[in-house]
Amino acid sequence: MMIEWITALLLLTGSLLMLLAALGALRMPDLLTRMHATTKAGALGGGTMVVAAAVFFDDGAVTARALAIVVFIILTAPVAAHLIGRAGYFVGIPLWEGTLKDELKDRYDPETHTLASEEVKPSTPTEERKHDRD
Amino acid sequence: MAILDWAVTATFVILSLALVIIFIRLIKGPSLPDRVVALELIASLTVGFIATHAVATGMANFLDVAVVLALTAFLAAVGFARYLEKGGYRSDD
Repeated sequence: MMIEWITALLLLTGSLLMLLAALGALRMPDLLTRMHATTKAGALGGGTMVVAAAVFFDDGAVTARALAIVVFIILTAPVAAHLIGRAGYFVGIPLWEGTLKDELKDRYDPETHTLASEEVKPSTPTEERKHDRD
Repeated sequence: MAILDWAVTATFVILSLALVIIFIRLIKGPSLPDRVVALELIASLTVGFIATHAVATGMANFLDVAVVLALTAFLAAVGFARYLEKGGYRSDD
């Protein structure tokens, strides 16, 4: 009886976190804030639901598989988010108009794909990043 | 058993709602990275669907599918990121 209540609670928590991630992806203003919503809430929600399955089956082999999924999600979600965010920034997605800090600005050379630790050159108007919302 | 049946049904409903919402983002875009993010969330939503379905049917074998899906989703994200950086459509062109 207890196991069913815990499973139900974990399932509902995970699905609500997933709903939160989807809402964040729909409502947030630019790519980076959308990823902020989907990566964290999405990974936590998916992990919670897999843990719910592990609790429900109460079996060593199933728990090992569920644990493997959770560890895999925790390992890969930040890496994938970093890759997509980096690629999106370099492709030139518009940042939210309320963005306060853009530390990569003027430090990234689009020709050679290198990052400098200091500002390399004053940017020409064509290289100026657009801060308006599409 | 009643509470678990109810919870599984509610979970399916909430996940479907989330799928509809993220699908709107997938259609709207506006840029390719946004769509990649939406696809990634759809993949982890599907992992949640599979886990819920495993609980609903009592068949633990479905979790193997979730393992494979999580792996493929990660590889797809890496591939998309590489494609974006090395020569896809650029929104500042």
